[in-house]
Amino acid sequence: MKRLTLTALLAATFAGTALVSPAAYADGKEQYVPLPTYRVGPYASSGTLWWAGEIDYLRYINDVEGGINGVKLKVEEFETEWSPDRTVEVYERVKNGKDGAPVAFFFTHGTPATYALTERSAKDKISLIDPAGGQPEATNGLVFSYVFPLLLNYYSQASVGINYIAQKEGGFDKLKGKKIVTVYHDSAYGRATQPAVTVLAKKYGFEDVQIPVADPGNEQSPQWRQVREIKPDWVFLRTWGVSTPVAIKTAARFGIPADHIIGDVWAGSEADVIPAGAAATGYQALAPYPGGPEFEIHNRLRKTILEAGKSDLKDPKFFGAVYYNIGLINAALAVEALRVGQAKFGNRPLNGEEGHWAFEHLTIDDARLKQIGFYGLLQSIKLSPADHEGGGAARIQQWDGKKWVLVTDWIQADHALLRPLIEEKSAAYAKEHNITPRTLAGEN
Amino acid sequence: MNLFLETFIGGLLAGTMYSLVAIGFVLIYKASGVFNFAQGSILLFSGLTFVTLLEKGVPFAGALAITIVILVVGAVVIERTVLRPLANRSPMTLFMATLGLSYVVEGTAQGLMGAQVHALDLGIEDVPVFIGDVMISQFDLVAALTAVLLAAVLALLFNRTRIGVSLRAVADDTRAALSIGINLNRIWQIVWAVAGITGLVAGMLWGARQGIQFSLSLVVLKALPVLIIGGFTSIGGAIVGGLIVGAAETLAETYIGRFVGGGITPWFPYFLAIAFLYIRPAGLFGERALERV
Amino acid sequence: MSQSLSSPLLVLPDNNFRLFTPAILLIGFIVVPVTGSDYWLGAILVPFLILSLAGLGLNLLTGYAGQTSLGSGGFMSVGAFATFGLVVHGGVPLPVALLLSGLITAGAGLLFGLPSDRIKGFYLMVSSLAAQFFFEWLFQKFPWFYNYDSSGTIELPRLSVFGLDVSSPVGRYLTTLVIVVALTWFAANLVRSQTGRSWMAIRDMDTAAAVIGIPVYRTKVLAFAVSSFYLGVAGALWAFIYLGSASVQSFGIARSFQVLFIIIIGGVGSISGNFIGAAFISLLPLAIDHVAQHLFAGHVDAGLLQNIQKAIFGLLIILFLVREPDGLARLFKSFGERLTNWPLRF
Repeated sequence: MKRLTLTALLAATFAGTALVSPAAYADGKEQYVPLPTYRVGPYASSGTLWWAGEIDYLRYINDVEGGINGVKLKVEEFETEWSPDRTVEVYERVKNGKDGAPVAFFFTHGTPATYALTERSAKDKISLIDPAGGQPEATNGLVFSYVFPLLLNYYSQASVGINYIAQKEGGFDKLKGKKIVTVYHDSAYGRATQPAVTVLAKKYGFEDVQIPVADPGNEQSPQWRQVREIKPDWVFLRTWGVSTPVAIKTAARFGIPADHIIGDVWAGSEADVIPAGAAATGYQALAPYPGGPEFEIHNRLRKTILEAGKSDLKDPKFFGAVYYNIGLINAALAVEALRVGQAKFGNRPLNGEEGHWAFEHLTIDDARLKQIGFYGLLQSIKLSPADHEGGGAARIQQWDGKKWVLVTDWIQADHALLRPLIEEKSAAYAKEHNITPRTLAGEN
Repeated sequence: MNLFLETFIGGLLAGTMYSLVAIGFVLIYKASGVFNFAQGSILLFSGLTFVTLLEKGVPFAGALAITIVILVVGAVVIERTVLRPLANRSPMTLFMATLGLSYVVEGTAQGLMGAQVHALDLGIEDVPVFIGDVMISQFDLVAALTAVLLAAVLALLFNRTRIGVSLRAVADDTRAALSIGINLNRIWQIVWAVAGITGLVAGMLWGARQGIQFSLSLVVLKALPVLIIGGFTSIGGAIVGGLIVGAAETLAETYIGRFVGGGITPWFPYFLAIAFLYIRPAGLFGERALERV
Repeated sequence: MSQSLSSPLLVLPDNNFRLFTPAILLIGFIVVPVTGSDYWLGAILVPFLILSLAGLGLNLLTGYAGQTSLGSGGFMSVGAFATFGLVVHGGVPLPVALLLSGLITAGAGLLFGLPSDRIKGFYLMVSSLAAQFFFEWLFQKFPWFYNYDSSGTIELPRLSVFGLDVSSPVGRYLTTLVIVVALTWFAANLVRSQTGRSWMAIRDMDTAAAVIGIPVYRTKVLAFAVSSFYLGVAGALWAFIYLGSASVQSFGIARSFQVLFIIIIGGVGSISGNFIGAAFISLLPLAIDHVAQHLFAGHVDAGLLQNIQKAIFGLLIILFLVREPDGLARLFKSFGERLTNWPLRF
């Protein structure tokens, strides 16, 4: 009898999965938006807020605005635990759409997943959207046609950081001879800014010291002892997950003032500073995604989603948290891109190629930002086939012990300096992978 | 020289934080021969329960008491549903079961109490203390004292109480212990509960340092080399192992790391452990089993 | 774990099943490629086959030679990075590179197997994490291994086997299937050879094995090498045939545990068990997800739902360990026996 139950269970497993087959493509009234998410495991703390923001905004578009020009968004979540392998499986499952609703783009929600999908997506003509992440050289859309490291790539992040330091020091000439230490998570993410910092160090004459922290980074005294020996003027912190609060605390113990540490995009959320307690007061971070619940869009959402009980947020205290706002902004970028696409192809669901055209022609200016309630929260952005970043600016926010306070307006990265680096790296990639870069002739 | 001394002492103290985690493993292995991989998730679970209660407004002592009660109940449930049905199975099967258990505990913890990161303030100031030029972390000092205190209390428990004596009897010879009427199931429940409580202590200290969050469950990966250097069966070994690993890994990162690009702390302790094991195959304080045909 | 030698090893189920293997092969090589959708071939069957191969590799070491390891993920990464290096730096054609990288991984496995003469049991298992973390660090730290790619990712420019492009889902599936079938056939024979029998003697009691004249140390180290060969090939297939690109994250410690789950659930000391275990491990999360979405979606908080699924997965593993200590392979076998005897079972 026991055996029978087990056999039955096993049979059910197979039968269950057999049902999970992708539906054929057909014309429909809905746009399919699959979301590979992670609400389980080490990254769930950032994930849950992120998806809440994304889902809340998409719900707002569906329920309050009646969809995008009447086209409703059909949102579905898939758990991946941030594993690129499981994201590949999800991508394969959803790439042909569902019940006739086509896919126009794919949020990868993680840089490793973007890498794993780069080749497949080019074949399937589905754009991978990975704002503030991904390979910096993917900014060159002529080589990486279907990859979009929107908003702020890693080179720009380094550049904005240096520009801010120059601003604090009172000019670029003051950078000469300064020591800027980067403490980084020892991974591709952590190393991503290095080429840009090298170029910047050469240009401005500061000393660039890079110190790695091995994953997960819950014990960092050797690293910070080393930092103390160097006596740096500024520290650029490019950690991720638990390594950030540990870094801030350990830095304080070794007498490095928090207000001379600048966090990276992924080291600048509430989850990064709250566990560090008082040590984090004064800590600053790059904010292409500023925190705070007082932007216009928050007022709209509060009324129509939060108070209507439709929010995906479990605890309303996180409304306006950095990760929640990341979700809002990413969702808004996607919605605006779909609008651009619909303006060209008609008010209907778009397929992968149409979605690709839409993202390559995405433009959001300040007037539009004010209309959609994102002014101050999102920078103005203009993409082109050659520029898949489109923005390249960030604000700086500072932790006052209770909340993030924005201390600057948008600071632009030095694009003229960085573009040759992007060209060089993407050309190498194209050569290695036998890709002929697109030419702009014939594009409209 | 000062740098060396400071690195060395800092490492020793940091190492006791690993010992705290390793002690939980030793307790369970000693009493039931189970290599309990779920110890990490128990760290997470107990820390998260405690901090959630605190945030709900329960006073410190109350939160501690409630968490301990939950851990004891949990130990009884685990013994009934996992250990008892698997009694007399191979150690490997039991190890796998604890892997499954860690999924259950992690899923329950995150599902019920959310995935958010919590700050935990134990009121220990982390201002450095200077002895001459050598800087010492006050927090690590407290952690080290806690670890030693915990080991002492456990030693008392094992040597001076009736439960402790039965426990040692079970560890020495399970069958003989059974034949003189020791209730094995009860002993297991007690040991798992005590291991849960040491997990709570470790979870609180680690949580105060890095925030109560999922990665608490990954701290076990730091404790495993401590465990094999000290031996699976010795609490004192766990302390000594922690000191060795802590000091060696910080010194290695500082003095060897720079030649190979740094970031060697995840694997260095394991190589050290292999070197130790090669000389003493059952750890420094472990008992070497005789092999008979 | 102690399986007596007289019991059939479920290599190919015994005489009652003489038609079983050809039938499976027929289905695998002809029916599935013709009828399977791209999703099933590329996203379900390919990873399933590769995981089976990885399980097979670990099972040779754990199930037959009795040495446990948590370094499977690390050895898989060696295979993947070695293949990449051979193709990109050395210009070696893919099939040869696969073979060579298997051998390179075997060498790595041999090195990490060296302490096994003195270190045993859980001590050895924990030490094997040294391999896991060392390789994760190595392939992250030195850019030469990933050809100075800024993302730390390895990716092969074009998948071709003897001039044939195999990058379509069917191509990927058939390539994997050929390799997996060949290596399974080899393993099935290996475990019945003298080597296999020496492994089992050591597994059952190494002191006794030494007494009857088996060179224990050499045989153990050989088991590490052979096991790593399989894991290396599996890692390379996982990186280039399944994912298309990989970084060390694809071969983390979670992968090691996954492979261990496969052999425990499928059956330690069984060849067919690896396939059953891999099917179970790769399909179960999808099935739970599917069922949960249908039953609860919209009613339960999504975060809670996902965590419940994780807990259920853990519970099922415990349940299987309690109910079916010898793994699913044994379950299938007894089920099959009942079926063949069926109307005459009394």
